[in-house]
Amino acid sequence: MTWIFENWERFWEVTEVHLRLSVVPVVIGFVLSIPLGWWASRSQTARAILFPFANILFTIPSIALIVITPVLIGVKILDEINVIVPLVVYTVALMVRAVADALAAVPGNVVAAANAMGFRPLRRFLTVDFPLALPVTIAGLRVATVSNISMVSVGALVGLGGYGQLFTEGYQTDNTDKVLAGLIGTVVLAVLADGLLLLIGRLLTPWARVGR
Amino acid sequence: MGWLFDPAHWSGSTGIPVRLVEHFGYTLLTLVIGALIAVPLGAFVGHTGKGGFVIVGLSNALRALPTTAVLILVVLWAGLGDFPVYVALVLLAIPPIMAGTYAGVRAVDPVTVDAARGVGMRESGVLLQVEIPNALPLIFGGFRGAALQVVATATIAAYTGAGGLGRFVFDGLALQDFGQMLAGAVLVALLAVLVDLGFAGLQRLTVSPGLRPVGTGGKR
Repeated sequence: MTWIFENWERFWEVTEVHLRLSVVPVVIGFVLSIPLGWWASRSQTARAILFPFANILFTIPSIALIVITPVLIGVKILDEINVIVPLVVYTVALMVRAVADALAAVPGNVVAAANAMGFRPLRRFLTVDFPLALPVTIAGLRVATVSNISMVSVGALVGLGGYGQLFTEGYQTDNTDKVLAGLIGTVVLAVLADGLLLLIGRLLTPWARVGR
Repeated sequence: MGWLFDPAHWSGSTGIPVRLVEHFGYTLLTLVIGALIAVPLGAFVGHTGKGGFVIVGLSNALRALPTTAVLILVVLWAGLGDFPVYVALVLLAIPPIMAGTYAGVRAVDPVTVDAARGVGMRESGVLLQVEIPNALPLIFGGFRGAALQVVATATIAAYTGAGGLGRFVFDGLALQDFGQMLAGAVLVALLAVLVDLGFAGLQRLTVSPGLRPVGTGGKR
Protein backbone atom coordinates (compact mmCIF):
# COMPACT_ATOMS: atom_id res chain seq x y z
CA MET A 1 0.00 0.00 0.00
CA THR A 2 2.87 2.39 0.72
CA TRP A 3 3.79 2.46 -2.98
CA ILE A 4 0.78 4.61 -3.83
CA PHE A 5 1.72 7.32 -1.32
CA GLU A 6 5.42 7.26 -2.09
CA ASN A 7 4.79 7.53 -5.82
CA TRP A 8 1.70 9.66 -5.83
CA GLU A 9 2.57 11.58 -9.00
CA ARG A 10 3.22 8.44 -11.02
CA PHE A 11 0.06 6.83 -9.65
CA TRP A 12 -1.99 9.86 -10.63
CA GLU A 13 -0.42 9.88 -14.08
CA VAL A 14 -1.34 6.24 -14.84
CA THR A 15 -4.79 6.85 -13.33
CA GLU A 16 -5.37 9.62 -15.87
CA VAL A 17 -4.26 7.45 -18.77
CA HIS A 18 -6.31 4.51 -17.51
CA LEU A 19 -9.41 6.66 -17.14
CA ARG A 20 -8.99 8.13 -20.63
CA LEU A 21 -8.43 4.72 -22.23
CA SER A 22 -11.54 3.26 -20.60
CA VAL A 23 -13.98 6.18 -20.77
CA VAL A 24 -13.37 7.29 -24.38
CA PRO A 25 -14.28 3.83 -25.81
CA VAL A 26 -17.42 3.65 -23.65
CA VAL A 27 -18.61 7.01 -24.94
CA ILE A 28 -17.83 6.24 -28.60
CA GLY A 29 -19.23 2.72 -28.32
CA PHE A 30 -22.40 3.92 -26.62
CA VAL A 31 -23.05 6.57 -29.28
CA LEU A 32 -22.51 3.99 -32.06
CA SER A 33 -24.74 1.41 -30.40
CA ILE A 34 -27.79 3.72 -30.18
CA PRO A 35 -28.62 3.73 -33.93
CA LEU A 36 -27.61 0.06 -34.23
CA GLY A 37 -29.73 -0.90 -31.22
CA TRP A 38 -32.62 1.11 -32.57
CA TRP A 39 -32.32 -0.72 -35.88
CA ALA A 40 -32.18 -4.10 -34.10
CA SER A 41 -35.24 -3.25 -32.00
CA ARG A 42 -37.30 -2.64 -35.15
CA SER A 43 -36.08 -5.22 -37.62
CA GLN A 44 -35.89 -8.98 -37.33
CA THR A 45 -33.25 -8.98 -40.09
CA ALA A 46 -31.08 -6.53 -38.20
CA ARG A 47 -31.26 -8.74 -35.11
CA ALA A 48 -30.35 -11.81 -37.14
CA ILE A 49 -27.26 -10.02 -38.44
CA LEU A 50 -26.14 -7.94 -35.47
CA PHE A 51 -26.61 -10.32 -32.51
CA PRO A 52 -24.59 -13.33 -33.78
CA PHE A 53 -21.93 -10.93 -35.08
CA ALA A 54 -21.73 -9.27 -31.67
CA ASN A 55 -21.39 -12.68 -30.00
CA ILE A 56 -18.47 -13.63 -32.23
CA LEU A 57 -16.71 -10.30 -31.60
CA PHE A 58 -17.05 -11.00 -27.90
CA THR A 59 -15.18 -14.29 -28.14
CA ILE A 60 -12.03 -12.64 -29.55
CA PRO A 61 -9.64 -12.27 -26.61
CA SER A 62 -8.78 -8.67 -25.79
CA ILE A 63 -5.02 -9.26 -26.01
CA ALA A 64 -5.49 -10.68 -29.50
CA LEU A 65 -7.63 -7.78 -30.67
CA ILE A 66 -5.16 -5.27 -29.23
CA VAL A 67 -2.36 -7.01 -31.12
CA ILE A 68 -4.26 -7.26 -34.42
CA THR A 69 -5.70 -3.73 -34.45
CA PRO A 70 -2.48 -1.89 -35.43
CA VAL A 71 -2.07 -4.11 -38.48
CA LEU A 72 -5.70 -3.73 -39.50
CA ILE A 73 -5.78 0.06 -39.29
CA GLY A 74 -2.12 0.70 -40.01
CA VAL A 75 -0.80 2.42 -36.90
CA LYS A 76 2.17 1.71 -34.62
CA ILE A 77 1.78 -0.93 -31.90
CA LEU A 78 2.38 1.69 -29.17
CA ASP A 79 -0.48 3.94 -30.23
CA GLU A 80 -3.31 4.39 -27.69
CA ILE A 81 -5.79 3.85 -30.49
CA ASN A 82 -4.89 0.14 -30.30
CA VAL A 83 -6.66 -0.13 -26.96
CA ILE A 84 -9.43 2.28 -27.84
CA VAL A 85 -10.57 0.48 -31.00
CA PRO A 86 -10.90 -3.00 -29.40
CA LEU A 87 -12.72 -1.56 -26.39
CA VAL A 88 -15.10 0.32 -28.70
CA VAL A 89 -15.75 -3.01 -30.44
CA TYR A 90 -16.53 -4.76 -27.11
CA THR A 91 -18.69 -1.86 -25.94
CA VAL A 92 -20.74 -1.87 -29.14
CA ALA A 93 -21.06 -5.69 -29.03
CA LEU A 94 -22.47 -5.46 -25.52
CA MET A 95 -24.55 -2.30 -25.88
CA VAL A 96 -26.31 -3.14 -29.16
CA ARG A 97 -28.19 -5.89 -27.37
CA ALA A 98 -28.84 -3.76 -24.27
CA VAL A 99 -30.18 -0.83 -26.31
CA ALA A 100 -32.27 -3.13 -28.53
CA ASP A 101 -33.79 -4.95 -25.54
CA ALA A 102 -34.43 -1.65 -23.76
CA LEU A 103 -36.17 -0.08 -26.76
CA ALA A 104 -38.19 -3.24 -27.43
CA ALA A 105 -39.46 -3.13 -23.84
CA VAL A 106 -40.95 0.36 -24.17
CA PRO A 107 -44.71 -0.14 -23.65
CA GLY A 108 -46.65 -0.07 -26.93
CA ASN A 109 -49.48 2.05 -25.53
CA VAL A 110 -47.03 4.82 -24.61
CA VAL A 111 -45.62 4.81 -28.13
CA ALA A 112 -49.13 4.84 -29.58
CA ALA A 113 -50.11 7.76 -27.33
CA ALA A 114 -47.04 9.73 -28.44
CA ASN A 115 -47.87 9.00 -32.08
CA ALA A 116 -51.45 10.08 -31.55
CA MET A 117 -50.26 13.35 -30.03
CA GLY A 118 -48.43 14.04 -33.26
CA PHE A 119 -44.81 13.36 -32.24
CA ARG A 120 -42.57 13.04 -35.25
CA PRO A 121 -40.34 9.93 -35.29
CA LEU A 122 -37.09 11.66 -34.28
CA ARG A 123 -38.68 13.71 -31.52
CA ARG A 124 -40.61 10.70 -30.28
CA PHE A 125 -37.39 8.69 -30.12
CA LEU A 126 -35.50 11.41 -28.23
CA THR A 127 -38.24 12.40 -25.79
CA VAL A 128 -40.28 9.21 -25.33
CA ASP A 129 -38.65 5.95 -26.42
CA PHE A 130 -35.08 6.67 -25.39
CA PRO A 131 -35.80 8.07 -21.90
CA LEU A 132 -38.07 5.09 -21.16
CA ALA A 133 -35.31 2.76 -22.32
CA LEU A 134 -32.73 4.41 -20.05
CA PRO A 135 -32.87 2.06 -17.01
CA VAL A 136 -32.01 -1.06 -19.05
CA THR A 137 -29.54 0.89 -21.20
CA ILE A 138 -27.71 2.22 -18.16
CA ALA A 139 -27.56 -1.26 -16.65
CA GLY A 140 -25.75 -2.35 -19.82
CA LEU A 141 -23.54 0.71 -19.72
CA ARG A 142 -22.45 -0.14 -16.18
CA VAL A 143 -21.36 -3.63 -17.23
CA ALA A 144 -19.52 -2.23 -20.26
CA THR A 145 -17.75 0.42 -18.19
CA VAL A 146 -16.61 -1.94 -15.45
CA SER A 147 -15.34 -4.52 -17.92
CA ASN A 148 -13.56 -1.82 -19.95
CA ILE A 149 -11.81 -0.49 -16.86
CA SER A 150 -10.63 -3.99 -16.06
CA MET A 151 -9.63 -4.71 -19.67
CA VAL A 152 -7.48 -1.59 -20.29
CA SER A 153 -4.76 -3.23 -18.17
CA VAL A 154 -4.31 -5.90 -20.84
CA GLY A 155 -2.89 -3.21 -23.12
CA ALA A 156 0.14 -2.95 -20.85
CA LEU A 157 1.18 -6.47 -21.88
CA VAL A 158 2.10 -4.97 -25.26
CA GLY A 159 3.53 -1.81 -23.69
CA LEU A 160 0.58 0.59 -23.53
CA GLY A 161 -0.33 2.82 -20.57
CA GLY A 162 -2.67 2.71 -17.61
CA TYR A 163 -2.59 0.69 -14.38
CA GLY A 164 -1.44 -2.29 -16.40
CA GLN A 165 1.98 -0.67 -16.59
CA LEU A 166 2.24 -1.04 -12.83
CA PHE A 167 1.49 -4.76 -13.26
CA THR A 168 4.17 -5.40 -15.86
CA GLU A 169 6.78 -3.18 -14.15
CA GLY A 170 5.99 -4.74 -10.79
CA TYR A 171 6.35 -8.18 -12.33
CA GLN A 172 9.71 -7.38 -13.91
CA THR A 173 11.14 -5.80 -10.74
CA ASP A 174 9.56 -8.27 -8.30
CA ASN A 175 7.62 -5.42 -6.66
CA THR A 176 4.39 -6.82 -5.19
CA ASP A 177 3.42 -3.43 -3.80
CA LYS A 178 3.41 -1.86 -7.24
CA VAL A 179 1.15 -4.59 -8.66
CA LEU A 180 -1.19 -4.23 -5.68
CA ALA A 181 -1.30 -0.46 -6.22
CA GLY A 182 -2.50 -1.00 -9.79
CA LEU A 183 -5.02 -3.63 -8.68
CA ILE A 184 -6.46 -1.34 -6.00
CA GLY A 185 -6.56 1.55 -8.47
CA THR A 186 -8.48 -0.55 -11.00
CA VAL A 187 -11.05 -1.81 -8.50
CA VAL A 188 -11.59 1.65 -6.95
CA LEU A 189 -11.98 3.22 -10.40
CA ALA A 190 -14.47 0.51 -11.40
CA VAL A 191 -16.53 0.90 -8.23
CA LEU A 192 -16.55 4.72 -8.55
CA ALA A 193 -17.56 4.63 -12.23
CA ASP A 194 -20.26 2.07 -11.50
CA GLY A 195 -21.64 4.16 -8.64
CA LEU A 196 -21.58 7.32 -10.74
CA LEU A 197 -23.55 5.67 -13.55
CA LEU A 198 -26.05 4.28 -11.03
CA LEU A 199 -26.51 7.81 -9.66
CA ILE A 200 -26.87 9.37 -13.13
CA GLY A 201 -29.45 6.71 -13.97
CA ARG A 202 -31.46 7.55 -10.86
CA LEU A 203 -31.32 11.28 -11.58
CA LEU A 204 -32.35 10.84 -15.20
CA THR A 205 -35.29 8.53 -14.47
CA PRO A 206 -37.08 10.06 -11.47
CA TRP A 207 -40.31 8.29 -12.51
CA ALA A 208 -38.74 4.89 -11.85
CA ARG A 209 -38.62 5.62 -8.14
CA VAL A 210 -42.29 6.50 -7.63
CA GLY A 211 -45.26 4.19 -7.68
CA ARG A 212 -43.45 1.18 -6.27
CA MET B 1 -2.79 -16.84 -42.49
CA GLY B 2 0.22 -18.70 -43.88
CA TRP B 3 1.60 -19.35 -40.40
CA LEU B 4 -1.53 -21.18 -39.30
CA PHE B 5 -1.47 -23.65 -42.19
CA ASP B 6 2.26 -24.38 -42.20
CA PRO B 7 2.54 -28.12 -41.38
CA ALA B 8 5.71 -27.44 -39.36
CA HIS B 9 3.59 -25.60 -36.78
CA TRP B 10 1.23 -28.53 -36.34
CA SER B 11 3.66 -30.97 -34.72
CA GLY B 12 6.13 -31.21 -31.85
CA SER B 13 5.89 -30.28 -28.18
CA THR B 14 5.29 -26.60 -28.99
CA GLY B 15 2.99 -27.21 -31.95
CA ILE B 16 -0.58 -26.07 -32.34
CA PRO B 17 -2.24 -29.35 -31.16
CA VAL B 18 -0.23 -29.35 -27.89
CA ARG B 19 -1.04 -25.69 -27.20
CA LEU B 20 -4.69 -26.27 -28.02
CA VAL B 21 -4.90 -29.16 -25.58
CA GLU B 22 -3.12 -27.09 -22.91
CA HIS B 23 -5.50 -24.20 -23.45
CA PHE B 24 -8.52 -26.48 -23.32
CA GLY B 25 -7.07 -28.12 -20.20
CA TYR B 26 -6.79 -24.78 -18.41
CA THR B 27 -10.35 -23.97 -19.36
CA LEU B 28 -11.82 -27.31 -18.32
CA LEU B 29 -10.11 -27.60 -14.95
CA THR B 30 -10.88 -23.94 -14.20
CA LEU B 31 -14.56 -24.50 -14.89
CA VAL B 32 -14.61 -27.66 -12.74
CA ILE B 33 -12.96 -25.91 -9.78
CA GLY B 34 -15.12 -22.83 -10.33
CA ALA B 35 -18.24 -25.00 -10.38
CA LEU B 36 -17.27 -26.80 -7.16
CA ILE B 37 -17.03 -23.43 -5.41
CA ALA B 38 -19.72 -21.37 -7.12
CA VAL B 39 -22.59 -23.81 -7.70
CA PRO B 40 -23.05 -24.87 -4.03
CA LEU B 41 -22.78 -21.26 -2.87
CA GLY B 42 -25.22 -19.96 -5.48
CA ALA B 43 -27.63 -22.86 -4.93
CA PHE B 44 -27.56 -22.53 -1.13
CA VAL B 45 -28.20 -18.79 -1.19
CA GLY B 46 -30.83 -19.17 -3.91
CA HIS B 47 -32.58 -21.95 -1.96
CA THR B 48 -32.58 -20.27 1.45
CA GLY B 49 -33.01 -16.75 0.07
CA LYS B 50 -30.50 -15.54 2.66
CA GLY B 51 -27.44 -13.49 1.77
CA GLY B 52 -28.44 -12.63 -1.78
CA PHE B 53 -26.83 -9.23 -1.47
CA VAL B 54 -23.54 -10.90 -0.50
CA ILE B 55 -23.59 -12.98 -3.70
CA VAL B 56 -24.40 -9.98 -5.87
CA GLY B 57 -21.82 -7.77 -4.14
CA LEU B 58 -19.13 -10.46 -4.28
CA SER B 59 -19.81 -11.13 -7.96
CA ASN B 60 -19.50 -7.46 -8.86
CA ALA B 61 -16.32 -6.98 -6.84
CA LEU B 62 -14.71 -10.06 -8.44
CA ARG B 63 -15.74 -8.87 -11.89
CA ALA B 64 -13.78 -5.63 -11.44
CA LEU B 65 -10.64 -7.57 -10.46
CA PRO B 66 -8.06 -7.36 -13.27
CA THR B 67 -7.00 -10.93 -14.10
CA THR B 68 -3.52 -9.83 -15.19
CA ALA B 69 -2.82 -8.35 -11.76
CA VAL B 70 -4.08 -11.46 -9.93
CA LEU B 71 -1.93 -13.67 -12.14
CA ILE B 72 1.21 -11.57 -11.55
CA LEU B 73 0.61 -11.27 -7.79
CA VAL B 74 0.23 -15.02 -7.36
CA VAL B 75 3.32 -15.62 -9.50
CA LEU B 76 5.30 -13.19 -7.30
CA TRP B 77 4.06 -14.92 -4.15
CA ALA B 78 4.03 -18.56 -5.18
CA GLY B 79 6.41 -18.76 -8.12
CA LEU B 80 5.89 -19.67 -11.76
CA GLY B 81 3.78 -22.60 -12.90
CA ASP B 82 0.19 -23.53 -13.49
CA PHE B 83 -1.03 -22.69 -9.97
CA PRO B 84 -1.17 -18.89 -10.51
CA VAL B 85 -2.98 -19.45 -13.80
CA TYR B 86 -5.71 -21.44 -12.07
CA VAL B 87 -6.09 -18.95 -9.21
CA ALA B 88 -6.56 -16.07 -11.67
CA LEU B 89 -8.91 -17.97 -13.98
CA VAL B 90 -11.03 -19.51 -11.20
CA LEU B 91 -11.59 -16.04 -9.72
CA LEU B 92 -12.75 -15.01 -13.18
CA ALA B 93 -15.08 -18.00 -13.59
CA ILE B 94 -16.79 -17.78 -10.19
CA PRO B 95 -18.96 -14.65 -10.65
CA PRO B 96 -20.92 -15.73 -13.75
CA ILE B 97 -21.41 -19.32 -12.51
CA MET B 98 -22.48 -18.19 -9.05
CA ALA B 99 -24.79 -15.48 -10.39
CA GLY B 100 -26.35 -17.90 -12.90
CA THR B 101 -26.97 -20.59 -10.27
CA TYR B 102 -28.36 -18.09 -7.78
CA ALA B 103 -30.64 -16.43 -10.32
CA GLY B 104 -31.74 -19.81 -11.68
CA VAL B 105 -32.72 -21.26 -8.30
CA ARG B 106 -34.43 -18.00 -7.27
CA ALA B 107 -36.42 -17.94 -10.49
CA VAL B 108 -38.00 -21.38 -10.00
CA ASP B 109 -41.77 -20.98 -9.65
CA PRO B 110 -42.57 -20.96 -5.88
CA VAL B 111 -45.71 -23.00 -6.64
CA THR B 112 -43.52 -25.82 -7.96
CA VAL B 113 -41.29 -25.67 -4.89
CA ASP B 114 -44.34 -25.71 -2.59
CA ALA B 115 -45.72 -28.69 -4.45
CA ALA B 116 -42.44 -30.54 -3.96
CA ARG B 117 -42.59 -29.89 -0.22
CA GLY B 118 -46.27 -30.83 -0.26
CA VAL B 119 -45.57 -34.30 -1.61
CA GLY B 120 -43.14 -34.80 1.27
CA MET B 121 -39.76 -34.09 -0.28
CA ARG B 122 -36.96 -33.20 2.06
CA GLU B 123 -35.18 -29.87 1.63
CA SER B 124 -32.22 -31.63 -0.02
CA GLY B 125 -34.60 -33.30 -2.45
CA VAL B 126 -36.35 -30.02 -3.18
CA LEU B 127 -33.03 -28.46 -4.06
CA LEU B 128 -31.44 -31.34 -5.97
CA GLN B 129 -34.47 -32.83 -7.71
CA VAL B 130 -36.66 -29.81 -8.27
CA GLU B 131 -34.87 -26.47 -8.01
CA ILE B 132 -31.56 -27.34 -9.71
CA PRO B 133 -33.12 -29.19 -12.68
CA ASN B 134 -35.51 -26.28 -13.18
CA ALA B 135 -32.68 -23.79 -12.86
CA LEU B 136 -30.47 -25.59 -15.42
CA PRO B 137 -31.06 -23.19 -18.34
CA LEU B 138 -29.84 -20.21 -16.30
CA ILE B 139 -27.03 -22.26 -14.74
CA PHE B 140 -25.88 -23.19 -18.23
CA GLY B 141 -26.10 -19.52 -19.17
CA GLY B 142 -23.69 -18.75 -16.34
CA PHE B 143 -21.33 -21.55 -17.40
CA ARG B 144 -21.30 -20.44 -21.02
CA GLY B 145 -20.51 -16.87 -20.04
CA ALA B 146 -17.74 -18.10 -17.74
CA ALA B 147 -16.36 -20.45 -20.40
CA LEU B 148 -16.13 -17.65 -23.00
CA GLN B 149 -14.27 -15.42 -20.57
CA VAL B 150 -11.94 -18.18 -19.39
CA VAL B 151 -11.03 -19.31 -22.92
CA ALA B 152 -10.31 -15.71 -23.93
CA THR B 153 -8.40 -14.83 -20.78
CA ALA B 154 -6.36 -18.05 -20.52
CA THR B 155 -4.37 -16.40 -23.33
CA ILE B 156 -2.82 -14.11 -20.73
CA ALA B 157 -1.35 -17.11 -18.88
CA ALA B 158 1.42 -17.15 -21.47
CA TYR B 159 2.64 -13.76 -20.22
CA THR B 160 4.13 -15.44 -17.16
CA GLY B 161 5.57 -18.27 -19.23
CA ALA B 162 2.73 -20.78 -18.97
CA GLY B 163 1.47 -22.69 -22.00
CA GLY B 164 -1.73 -22.51 -24.01
CA LEU B 165 -2.55 -20.66 -27.21
CA GLY B 166 -1.37 -17.40 -25.66
CA ARG B 167 2.17 -18.62 -26.34
CA PHE B 168 1.66 -17.86 -30.04
CA VAL B 169 0.39 -14.36 -29.25
CA PHE B 170 3.24 -13.46 -26.88
CA ASP B 171 6.00 -15.28 -28.78
CA GLY B 172 4.76 -13.66 -31.98
CA LEU B 173 4.79 -10.29 -30.26
CA ALA B 174 8.37 -10.79 -29.07
CA LEU B 175 9.49 -11.86 -32.54
CA GLN B 176 7.39 -9.23 -34.36
CA ASP B 177 5.88 -12.23 -36.15
CA PHE B 178 2.42 -11.01 -36.99
CA GLY B 179 1.31 -14.27 -38.62
CA GLN B 180 1.95 -16.17 -35.41
CA MET B 181 0.05 -13.62 -33.30
CA LEU B 182 -2.90 -13.69 -35.67
CA ALA B 183 -2.88 -17.50 -35.69
CA GLY B 184 -3.00 -17.52 -31.88
CA ALA B 185 -5.88 -15.06 -31.83
CA VAL B 186 -7.87 -16.96 -34.44
CA LEU B 187 -7.33 -20.28 -32.64
CA VAL B 188 -8.53 -18.83 -29.33
CA ALA B 189 -11.67 -17.45 -30.95
CA LEU B 190 -12.28 -20.81 -32.66
CA LEU B 191 -11.82 -22.69 -29.40
CA ALA B 192 -14.25 -20.30 -27.70
CA VAL B 193 -16.88 -21.00 -30.33
CA LEU B 194 -16.31 -24.78 -30.07
CA VAL B 195 -16.54 -24.76 -26.27
CA ASP B 196 -19.77 -22.76 -26.47
CA LEU B 197 -21.19 -25.25 -28.97
CA GLY B 198 -20.17 -28.07 -26.62
CA PHE B 199 -22.09 -26.45 -23.80
CA ALA B 200 -25.08 -25.89 -26.07
CA GLY B 201 -25.06 -29.61 -26.87
CA LEU B 202 -24.71 -30.58 -23.22
CA GLN B 203 -27.57 -28.24 -22.38
CA ARG B 204 -29.81 -29.91 -24.96
CA LEU B 205 -29.03 -33.32 -23.48
CA THR B 206 -29.53 -32.45 -19.82
CA VAL B 207 -32.25 -29.82 -19.66
CA SER B 208 -35.74 -31.25 -19.35
CA PRO B 209 -37.77 -30.89 -22.57
CA GLY B 210 -40.48 -29.28 -20.46
CA LEU B 211 -38.22 -26.28 -19.94
CA ARG B 212 -37.52 -25.66 -23.61
CA PRO B 213 -38.99 -22.53 -25.15
CA VAL B 214 -42.24 -23.31 -26.89
CA GLY B 215 -42.69 -21.95 -30.41
CA THR B 216 -41.32 -18.52 -31.17
CA GLY B 217 -43.14 -16.77 -28.35
CA GLY B 218 -40.89 -18.33 -25.71
CA LYS B 219 -41.87 -20.09 -22.50
CA ARG B 220 -44.79 -18.48 -20.73
